[in-house]
Amino acid sequence: MAETLPIDRFPELPRDEEGPVFSEPWQAEAFAMTVKLHEAGHFDWSEWVTYISTEIANGAPPDEVDDNAIYYRHWLNALERLVADKGLSSPPELVDRKDAWRRAYENTPHGEPVELTSAG
Amino acid sequence: MAKHDHDHEHTAPPSDPALRVKALESLLLEKGLIDAAALDEIIDTYENKIGPRNGAAVVARAWVDADYKKRLLDDATAAIAELGFSGVQGEDMVVVENLPGLHNMVVCTLCSCYPWPTLGLPPVWYKAAPYRSRAVSDPRSVLDEFGVTLADDVEIRVWDSNAELRYLVLPERPDGTDGMSEDQLAAMVTRDSMIGTGLVQAP
Repeated sequence: MAETLPIDRFPELPRDEEGPVFSEPWQAEAFAMTVKLHEAGHFDWSEWVTYISTEIANGAPPDEVDDNAIYYRHWLNALERLVADKGLSSPPELVDRKDAWRRAYENTPHGEPVELTSAG
Repeated sequence: MAKHDHDHEHTAPPSDPALRVKALESLLLEKGLIDAAALDEIIDTYENKIGPRNGAAVVARAWVDADYKKRLLDDATAAIAELGFSGVQGEDMVVVENLPGLHNMVVCTLCSCYPWPTLGLPPVWYKAAPYRSRAVSDPRSVLDEFGVTLADDVEIRVWDSNAELRYLVLPERPDGTDGMSEDQLAAMVTRDSMIGTGLVQAP
């Protein structure tokens, strides 16, 4: 990973000057997974750029107006396609797992941690 | 006792993209393809540790050290790595120098290629369609919206970043900053001045 200067050298501006880099946690998680899979050698960065630029060229999702959310929706679409094309997962596996998480939430009493085993 | 209250019998699922990310993350973790602590570290690094201050340190060094500036313009990736900044999206860097009569500006028309190790993650407007298209078709009006008005005889060069090359603008050092230390100079350098949508102003 990148070496960085000690943060206290510039204590006044350690982060993006115009607010948070990610507007929701899932955006940060999708970003981090992409970087780690790339660093582990599962794909070249130029391959990633091809995938995300294709998503962007296909246009914004109609149900989203926030620019950052639109961007990370493209990001997530691209990551899912790349993961499937590289054989790391598959569309049916991803859909099944998403449905399992949804059931797990619905079966978990409010305030308790949501575990996949609650999917039933 | 909330047992009788239906609303408390279950937890509302998060948004569709959040569920998709949970699905992807849990599958990749199970398969040993990613590691949870490493994910947290990446998020923390990009949220808190990497940002335009790294690029500002590069610019300030170039302003005070002519030899460094020459190395930076000759081989930006290596010169930036001298200061300890490298990593994903920091390979194949090109630094373009603003001069009297020449203003440089950076865009990624296809997506959002951006030099993460020196500037952090890109601002929202950099990733949005209006900037990606208008920076090329009408850079002068884009600059105007950023509050940058250039004389008509100043040439504007727009550089389109891509997977192979990522650009950083070396802004002009403002007049009246001769006595300033490198750290003081770095503190003046804004992110936008290194994208080319801003100028460095003396305090």
